[in-house]
Amino acid sequence: MIGSYIEFTLDNWQDLLQLLIEHIELVVQTLIIALPLGISLGIFIAYYQPASLSVLWGAGVAMTIPSLALFGLLVPFLGIGNPPVIVALVLYAQLPIIRNTYIGLTGVEKDMIEAGEGVGMTRWQRLRQIQIPVALPVITAGVRNATVILIGVATVGAYVGAGGLGDYIFTGIYQANTEMIVVATVVVSLLALVFDYGLKIIEQFLQLQNGEDVALTRGTKAITKVIT
Amino acid sequence: MIKFDNVTKIYADSTVAIRDISFEVAEGTTTVLVGPSGCGKTTTMKLVNRLEDPTEGAVYYDGTNTQEIGVTELRRDIGYVIQEIGLFNHMTVGENVATVPKLKGWDDGQIDDRVDKLLELMALSPEEYRDQYPRELSGGQRQRVGVARALAADPDVLLMDEPFGALDPITRADLQDEFLEIQAEINTTILFVTHSIDEALKMGDKIVIFDVGELVQYDTPRNILENPNSEFVRDFVGEDITLKKLSLINVDEIMRPTNVIEDTTDQDSKTAVTNGGEVMHHLAPGDSLKSALSTFVESDIQSLPVVEDEETIGVIDRDEIYEIYNGG
Amino acid sequence: MSELYTLVEGGQYLIENFDEFLTLLREHIILVLVSELAAITVAVPLGVIAVRYNRLKSSILSVGNVAQTIPTLAVIALAFPIFGLGFNSAVIALFVYALLPILTNTIAGLEQVDENTIEAAEGMGMTKWEVLRKIQLPMALPVIFAGIRTSVVITVGTAYLAFFIGGGGLGVWVISGINLFNTPQILAGAIPGALLAITLDSVFAFIEHQIGGEGHHDQSIATG
Repeated sequence: MIGSYIEFTLDNWQDLLQLLIEHIELVVQTLIIALPLGISLGIFIAYYQPASLSVLWGAGVAMTIPSLALFGLLVPFLGIGNPPVIVALVLYAQLPIIRNTYIGLTGVEKDMIEAGEGVGMTRWQRLRQIQIPVALPVITAGVRNATVILIGVATVGAYVGAGGLGDYIFTGIYQANTEMIVVATVVVSLLALVFDYGLKIIEQFLQLQNGEDVALTRGTKAITKVIT
Repeated sequence: MIKFDNVTKIYADSTVAIRDISFEVAEGTTTVLVGPSGCGKTTTMKLVNRLEDPTEGAVYYDGTNTQEIGVTELRRDIGYVIQEIGLFNHMTVGENVATVPKLKGWDDGQIDDRVDKLLELMALSPEEYRDQYPRELSGGQRQRVGVARALAADPDVLLMDEPFGALDPITRADLQDEFLEIQAEINTTILFVTHSIDEALKMGDKIVIFDVGELVQYDTPRNILENPNSEFVRDFVGEDITLKKLSLINVDEIMRPTNVIEDTTDQDSKTAVTNGGEVMHHLAPGDSLKSALSTFVESDIQSLPVVEDEETIGVIDRDEIYEIYNGG
Repeated sequence: MSELYTLVEGGQYLIENFDEFLTLLREHIILVLVSELAAITVAVPLGVIAVRYNRLKSSILSVGNVAQTIPTLAVIALAFPIFGLGFNSAVIALFVYALLPILTNTIAGLEQVDENTIEAAEGMGMTKWEVLRKIQLPMALPVIFAGIRTSVVITVGTAYLAFFIGGGGLGVWVISGINLFNTPQILAGAIPGALLAITLDSVFAFIEHQIGGEGHHDQSIATG
């Protein structure tokens, strides 16, 4: 039973690797667009509060749209392949990134800002030296959240021609190839877990740097030990 | 050093914070702004480093109208301590203290030296505390770091807004004492806001008393106690004026210098008792007359020796204190 | 303008095939309804039991956190080799995925009830069962409800994928539309489902707000 999965993996490792790389590329390309967009929007609504409700509401609505429906909506206008998928993924990534940027920046204690003003920091210096460092772990948590979502939704994107590990899952369903489905599913889930864990470690490092009290994961502990 | 010239501040919602305030703070002195909450004392202080700007009149810093000085430049020259302290929790103690020198572009070696020196001044050993985060400190220690940060770039003026207000009474008294010693050493011009008349009397060379938006009296602590200029000041100072006055005078100001302890056996006029050469009851030169009075009552003795470094340097009679108590 | 025309075509397709649309919509809603009801029935009591036993709780939470990173398509796809094709298989997959947000939120909601409140209730002579029924569950309700809301939105989205394993629903039109390059069909399948998800989310948010919750997403949903 297990043997057949291992055999499948060994026989197809080059294809699997290829799909894995495509998958990661898709997610990274999305983040390259989604991060600057979401973070700027988060900073914007942190300074211009009246816009915060509508921007967060809009991002929340975008997130509730079923992914297959959204791909379907975009294909007629953007064609088959990466473009509709990347546009949809960028939309899905917005809520966690915008919201965490906003919460991170506005959650900075008021007296720290006042003290910054009192010692003669400009608005820009306060943003750079106080608000962004304090918000950074929270923003990273948002990025982590977004990345896990993107890895999952990107599998569906294979159906409209974006490639990635979803290809194996769909082909597996059509060919009734259990090994193909299971192996691709395991790889894509592992990918999500690895990114989740890796970004969690980065998040904890940033928290440590800010002197926060954190219950460290084993990974962070191990790396801290190696570094020091 | 700082001069308020007919300053009025009216907020956008047309509430009048202060009206037509004038006073001057001399260089190297501590001036305390005191009054009930909402009287405009904090607004007055914020006018100095331009966290607020005057509606009418002008504030002068070292002879220049503050409106003609750049906001950030002005703030970096003025140390600022607030009740909530506002330590940057994401930075270490050392980084917190280094904030203003860094903004001013000092070089790293100079900054490190300065940080260590200030932490030592604040009785926080640099080796132990430099790399700690504010979260790991007690309330009193956090406030020390706050003061160190404000003093870091050697400001000409230090603004302190209820700096000890959030501390428990014992820690507060300790920090007040310590700060008086530090002030004697650094000689900065200080503007200090508090709602407590006791703190004002203890910390100030001069006191400015506010009633809702108005300056009521501006004088030395002693003059305020002896000649309150209005019913408001009398009420604000409270009932035990005489005891407060005693607390402003130190033992060494009225003692008779001597190094001999008279030892008589006359029961009616007992003096300092020596017990095999050891003085049982004595005073220190820095004690206030209030605590001296307490020692007199406790010991039931007519005169007490003043002892410094285990040597008798003077003597005080109980009647002298009574004279001040009744006379002033 | 051609984009607008495409939308009009989608509307036409919908009207011309309205009977089929109603069938698909009904299938879609039944998929969501059955799997959600089953998920609520299982997840809430399981959560209640879990907070009683620390071991069980921490293992459920860690498994739950890991499981929520697994893509919805993966869960649907895995149901196929195990349960085969068809409606039942799709419902089981949807149920499994719908379970997690409700379970973790039930635990979180019960945990956040102030210990002093519980102690006070016990001090008044309430039994454990009464404390649970009269204090903990009512106070945890907004959080549990938020979990249900998240779960419903995910399931509406994931139900689109059910057709891949023969489950029916609105996915039928979207998927065959993509296969046949039939744009009006895609739109006629996609837009109503998107509106359904958004509407349900808003309605649930409103109810959540009414029962004292925050009414906004405190956890992001991995859409299907």
